[in-house]
Amino acid sequence: MKARDPMEDLTAVPDSGLGWLDASGDHADIVLSTRVRLARNLQGHAFGPRARINDREAVLDRVREAKTGVVPLDGCTVVNLQALDSRSRRILLERRLISRELLGDGSGPARGTALVLSGHQPLSVMVNEEDHLRLQSIVAGLRLQEAWSLVDRLDEDIGQQLPYAFHHEFGFLTSCPTNVGTGVRASVLMHLPGLVLTKEIGKVLQGLTQVGLTFRGLYGEGSEVVGNFFQVSNQTTLGKTEEDLVDHLDKMVRRVIQFESHARQVLLRDAPAVTEDKICRAYGLLRYARTLSFEELMNLLSGVRLGTSLKLLPGVRVYTLNKLMLFTQSAHLEQAAGRDLPPHEGDVHRAVYVRRVLAMEGDVDQDSFPGDATGEVA
Amino acid sequence: MVCDSCGQGEAVVHLTQIVDNQMTTSHLCEHCAAAKGLDTAEGQPNFALTDFLAQMGEAPDQDASLEATCGFCGLTLAAFRETGRLGCSHCYATFDSHLRGVLRRIHGGTQHLGKVYLPSDSTASERAKRAEGLRGRLRRAVESEDFERAAELRDLIRTLEPS
Repeated sequence: MKARDPMEDLTAVPDSGLGWLDASGDHADIVLSTRVRLARNLQGHAFGPRARINDREAVLDRVREAKTGVVPLDGCTVVNLQALDSRSRRILLERRLISRELLGDGSGPARGTALVLSGHQPLSVMVNEEDHLRLQSIVAGLRLQEAWSLVDRLDEDIGQQLPYAFHHEFGFLTSCPTNVGTGVRASVLMHLPGLVLTKEIGKVLQGLTQVGLTFRGLYGEGSEVVGNFFQVSNQTTLGKTEEDLVDHLDKMVRRVIQFESHARQVLLRDAPAVTEDKICRAYGLLRYARTLSFEELMNLLSGVRLGTSLKLLPGVRVYTLNKLMLFTQSAHLEQAAGRDLPPHEGDVHRAVYVRRVLAMEGDVDQDSFPGDATGEVA
Repeated sequence: MVCDSCGQGEAVVHLTQIVDNQMTTSHLCEHCAAAKGLDTAEGQPNFALTDFLAQMGEAPDQDASLEATCGFCGLTLAAFRETGRLGCSHCYATFDSHLRGVLRRIHGGTQHLGKVYLPSDSTASERAKRAEGLRGRLRRAVESEDFERAAELRDLIRTLEPS
């Protein structure tokens, strides 16, 4: 076994790729994060699924050579996924820095797969995924323009160093025809409990598909919706400029935010007691539960997040809730425990972590509940 | 036109059937058509189906075209239809006619309008096209008061213009 390259130690990365967690952007209570990714391939090598080992290694070598000329990658870390232990790889997945596909099947990631993490910007590059390069930027809150401009600049620099596969008519060539053209997938991770509880969500999602958008669960393609989190993104990538695709998504997301805010007001107006009860029960369970599955946690966190947003749970910050979502995923819990955890033990560790974090935030102020103040709650 | 069935509603569905070599055409209103189990909803493009569409593509004219093979990566059209993934940039030329149908179904067209990437042996018209795109982005950068970005874009444009 060769010793691990110190450059591949994740702690070397300033924010460990977690800046998107800090609840700083616009509408941070409804929009957890914004992500923009670009799919790019290099000329002269077969794409991901057809690439041979020497293609993959050549692509990675070229990226390593080119990175010094790429300003946004100044001081970056190149993580060779094959050399990384399986728990660390899962941690990267849980941080949404790599895709499930990059993790590979049972035998682990393929040769040449890597993650390049910028040292000072919320930027990263997946190497040898379905496409040779997947450039991505993840930022907190709703900041599509900013995420696009960061990734655009990275793309310009890399494009000067490496020859992209580009077609005069079809644009940037990708492995899957659904990404060809701009290669842009912009997505916004939204928390929409109001629309779910008022049963309006179906209509909204249907409306989104009619304006060229699509939605997925928390972990992207093929993942289920948990905790009322929906990842809304552009569906088509060809025939519009990158700016138009990003602007369109931004406009539509702002409308969904309006619908969600309206649904929350309806809940408070028509069913204040039930709504507050749901929120407070969720908080109570999180505060005192002794075992929690990740799915149960996500559903309870959804209630508490709604309560925080409606100012029903003062003292609980959105940032705390984001942190709870991230650090209670199985690989993160195992990392903290320093060993593998079978599911039932993981559930216990998860509950301990949640209790400890919520206890540090202190008690919620019972008297400030608007329901109490107006006497609506019997 | 009035509905053949109820004689009241406006006929919006025109159904032609051939039964026992006899062709009959009936004109029905939306209500009666629905009662007969005919779907009157206009085909909304179902975007969740794009992966499926990518795999389907258009029916090849002849079975022989399924054996078309990319000279660079060895992908066959049959394999593309099975996986929905292309093997390399040359596949786009090899399967051009088939792909156009696929791209139209997924994206509604085939013409890229976004960023222009310049090959190292770029022509003057390619450089002009890229400069045009960059000017658009420069305008946006100025509008959003991102002056640092604007300066970078201005430099990029300058490198493209004939000296």
